[in-house]
Amino acid sequence: MTDTATGTWQPRIIAFLCNWCSYAGADLAGVSRLQYPPNIRVIRVPCSGRVNPLLILKALREGADGVLVAGCHPGDCHYVSGNYAARRKFAVLKRLLEYVGLESGRVTFAWVSASEGGRFAELVTDVTEKVRQLGPASRLVASHE
Amino acid sequence: MNDRSEEIRRVAKRLLAEGKADVVIGFRDSRLPLRATPHFARTPAEADQLVWGLGCTSNLAKYLLDREECVAVVAKGCDVRAIVATVKENQVNRDRVTIIGVPCAGVVSWQKLEAVLNGRDLTEAIQDGDTLVLRGREFEQRVAISDLLQDACRTCTVHEPVVCDVRIASSAPAGGRTDEFADIREFEALSPDERWEWFRREFSRCIRCYACRNACPACYCEQCFVDSTNPEWIGKGNDLTDTLIFHIVRAFHSAGRCVDCGACERACPMGIDLRRLTRKVQKDVKELFGADAGVDPDSPPALAVFRPDDPEDFTW
Repeated sequence: MTDTATGTWQPRIIAFLCNWCSYAGADLAGVSRLQYPPNIRVIRVPCSGRVNPLLILKALREGADGVLVAGCHPGDCHYVSGNYAARRKFAVLKRLLEYVGLESGRVTFAWVSASEGGRFAELVTDVTEKVRQLGPASRLVASHE
Repeated sequence: MNDRSEEIRRVAKRLLAEGKADVVIGFRDSRLPLRATPHFARTPAEADQLVWGLGCTSNLAKYLLDREECVAVVAKGCDVRAIVATVKENQVNRDRVTIIGVPCAGVVSWQKLEAVLNGRDLTEAIQDGDTLVLRGREFEQRVAISDLLQDACRTCTVHEPVVCDVRIASSAPAGGRTDEFADIREFEALSPDERWEWFRREFSRCIRCYACRNACPACYCEQCFVDSTNPEWIGKGNDLTDTLIFHIVRAFHSAGRCVDCGACERACPMGIDLRRLTRKVQKDVKELFGADAGVDPDSPPALAVFRPDDPEDFTW
């Protein structure tokens, strides 16, 4: 995305955050006045297990420069095992995406609890920096939309 | 006719007569040599058309989906794996299926055969030990069978059916020859740019006929994500990105389920190296979760379960 004020490209990152942990972690980062780059667009999901890999591919297809998926730490899932199921899916998906040549920093998976506002800010800072270094996404982006 | 064809006919007639099967699904000869076609035998006369040979390539597990009647099915090692996998996913009722297992040393690749024939018409193919004698109007050529086998057969580790109700007596080579994923490892060692370039180039030939999906015994969704219009996961046009996403997701959906029978590659009219993706997923599922689809009837599909200590070195 091009920032119209400065004329420079800014990464646009879609963040799927689980309602119970990571979204609350983002909220804590906010109320704690922690600074992190404004490049993420948050989509609140009930659980990281809700994140169908198709949602990640769809985000990339529509032009997202990066995708972040964050959920409760293993063992802490509000629905007991949603993040365990997600972990298996994402392990396979991440390897497959990199296998076909998608840059390694485009898609990130992380565990962030409701009390980890600082970790959330660090995560977003790091992901944004990595995507910035990669530059605008071109692989898996639809050419005419 | 070979011994195995005879035995399959005998077994089929017995199962039909005893009422254990309403239909026996197997192969019969077509008009082309080495191209057996799926055959549905409901009478003794139809059972007498059943054959077995190097041209019995199709994975008949596909025909067990959505079938109410009692079925007996002729199945190779990979086909049995596909049946086991679909039974585990509750798509096939095991009680209604009699598996006629055939130990299999591999079947012929039509693509490779066509390359050898190079436009000449094949009228006869006779097996002579490890070689095939190919005859046409003006030629006779001997080819090593191993040179004609499908790629999936060359890396096959399950020549012997893992489960069966009737076993057609014959021997098959022991499984696990070499490193079955050597080529995948080789590809992984390339740079991301090289892999992307290969992926883009190879799959740009895809005409999105979805034959790979339709032939796959593991693809049985009533509505495939590619056909969904709300949400429209991918476009219906000819944008290469949409084609690539289709193939990524097709491979991903095969995770812990693909038995590497090669049905997708056989069905592909463009000769695309589809197994380069599905076998990557197969390899990862094996490495990460120690699972191999359709081999153990008692373990659930790998992505339907989890362990608290699953690998998570990929997370931030």
